[in-house]
Order: sequence, then structure tokens, then C-alpha cells
Amino acid sequence: MATDNRPLSPHLQVYRWQITMAMSILHRLTGVGLAVGALVLTYWLNAAAYGYDAFATAQSILGSWIGILLLIGWTFALFYHLCNGIRHLVWDAGRGFEISQARASGITVIVVSIVLTVLTWAVIWAG
Amino acid sequence: MAEFTLPANSRVMKGKTFKAPAGATRIKKFKVYRYDPDSGENPRVDIYEIDLDQCGPMVLDALIKIKNEIDSTLTFRRSCREGVCGSCAMNIDGTNTLACIKDIADIRGDAAIYPLPHMGVIKDLVPDLTQAYAQYTSIKPWLQADTPAPPNKERLQSPDERAELDGLWECVLCFSCSTSCPSYWWNSDRYLGPAALLQAYRWIADSRDEYTGERLDDLEDPFRLYRCHTIMNCTNTCPKGLNPAKAIGKIKQKMVERR
Repeated sequence: MATDNRPLSPHLQVYRWQITMAMSILHRLTGVGLAVGALVLTYWLNAAAYGYDAFATAQSILGSWIGILLLIGWTFALFYHLCNGIRHLVWDAGRGFEISQARASGITVIVVSIVLTVLTWAVIWAG
Repeated sequence: MAEFTLPANSRVMKGKTFKAPAGATRIKKFKVYRYDPDSGENPRVDIYEIDLDQCGPMVLDALIKIKNEIDSTLTFRRSCREGVCGSCAMNIDGTNTLACIKDIADIRGDAAIYPLPHMGVIKDLVPDLTQAYAQYTSIKPWLQADTPAPPNKERLQSPDERAELDGLWECVLCFSCSTSCPSYWWNSDRYLGPAALLQAYRWIADSRDEYTGERLDDLEDPFRLYRCHTIMNCTNTCPKGLNPAKAIGKIKQKMVERR
């Protein structure tokens, strides 16, 4: 019987999403997002060093509504990646592997990163 | 490499519907993945309407009923029908489990039944487990010791040493965990997967085994062990309630401790 032409059984197409699984892929996505964000940060700093006009352009790009929306996204990505990184450190220390613990720590990470994002932008807009 | 979509020969088509007999009162639809290697056609999902008043309580009961009474070509593995042999592992209602201990009443709506995910399909619900077994063999799942056993006696363990093996020895090698793991989906050629790693730890944790160092040497590899990113699908899905994620975490800890 031919064995090389076997179909591959469905995977992502049928697997039920769970919070732990979704948080894992979000950790990877925010990591990639932060790498891009680091480039934006260096662009902003470079513009400041380059001169008045360049910095004004950078400020207007980042200060537009789409710029601010992206900055809010990067703020959340930073806090999420940070908090979930701490969650991973706890796992690396051999703790928190029970299903109930992993779920609770996951929800904590999401709530804390949302709260920190809101606080950060509240401070920015208030100041 | 991660391929998120199915290759062309694996796309699932619409299949046939087998209606429940007239007079059936408590009908449940079972949507079952079918693949016939002799037809040359793509896999399809057939729908079987079952009268639950005429069927046993477990998903395996429904599958056996389908095979006996509706469609004898339906192919699946099963043996013990009580969760100790690990044969009937499949993806039911979105997660991997043993059909024989999965209660039909726990499934809301239609019951979707697929083979274990991201595996080559031999026929219908029968996946090719050759590689998974080879990976299990590669961790040398037997006692290794140079010290000869005491004459006419067993190698003894204290109750505490024996307790270290609880939660490890109960594994029935159904590979529900490995095939639930996205990391294993994308890298099963090089990552051992939770089932093989849980068993690797079962021998690392055994006080009678004298090859712990060599076992850890074999696992110290960016792929074989460290493709585990604590996604936790393995522990969430294990039909025996074991915790492969924790066992892998303990192996990682041993790697650090011995430096």
C-alpha cells in the first residue's frame, strides 16, 4: 500500500482554542511586534538627533490617530510580553503547572497587562 | 516549519448523510472524518444520525453502532473499551481523548470526530503512529543499570522513591498529548513531543535507573526537548489526567541543576 501520499489529518482547523494555547501564540506575536516597535523607537530617537524638521515629521506621524493607536498596541504588547515572561519564569522554576494554576495565571497576566496599559495612557493624557 | 493550512490532498470534502430511522426520538449527529486510501479521493466528513435511546453512553459505543448497523466500512482502532489500552485516541469535539471514556452527553451539539491531529491518515480514524513509536523507542524506555540486581531479589525502592513515579507510569501511550501540541505539529520530525518526554522523565525519575546522566545528554538539544514552549495543550487534553507539561518542566530543571 502506498504510504507517501497519505493525507494529513486536520489540526488548527479542528482543534478547540483554549486560553493557554491562545496566550502562547499571543506571546510569540507580541514578541515579533515588539521587535518592530524597537525599530520605530530608534527611528524616533534618530529623528530627534537629526534635526528640527525630521523630529517634527516623526512627531506628526506618531501623533496621528493611527500612530497613537499603534503606540497603544505596542504598550499592551510590552506589558503582556513582560507579564507573560514572568509567568514563564515561574514555570521554569517548576511551579504553576496544574491546569487550574495555568489558567488562573493566564487570566491574571491578561488583566494586569490591560490595567497597566490603561494606567500608562491615563498618565500620558493627564500629564 | 509551520504550515497552517492543509495540503491539497488533505482538504476535507462534504460527505454523505445517513438519516436516523423513522421513529427515532433522541437524535444526535455524529460528523465523522472518512478517508479511503483505495478511492484516491480527498477525505470527507460523513454525517450519521444516531438515536441515543438505542446507543451506549460513550463515543466508542456510537462508533461501534455505526460500524455494526449503518456503515461497516468505518475504520477505527479500539480494544479494551475502558481507557487502559490507549487504542481509540482521536479528536472528539475539538480535543484529543479516548473514545471509550468520552461521554456522549458531554458533547454539546453535533459530535465532530477526527483522527489525531496533524498525522498521516492510514484510513478513516486510524493515524500512522510509526514515528511517534520510534520517538518513544529513542528515549530507551527500560531500566538501565550496571549494578547487577541482588540475587533472587528485586531492586528495592523506598515508598518515597516509588511515589516519584506516580503520574508517570499511568501513561497508556495513546499520543493524545503529542498530537495536541502545536509545537509537535510544526516540528514532529525533530521535537520528541510530550508523550515521549513524559516517559523519558519516568526513567529519569526512577531511583533504580543508573543512566540519568546519559538520558539527560540525549535530551539536551534545541529541538528534542526545548521545542516545548509550555503551551499546555498536552496537560489539558490527557484522557488519563496526567501532566506532561510538568514532567517536561522537571527535565528542564534537571538540565539546569546538573550544570
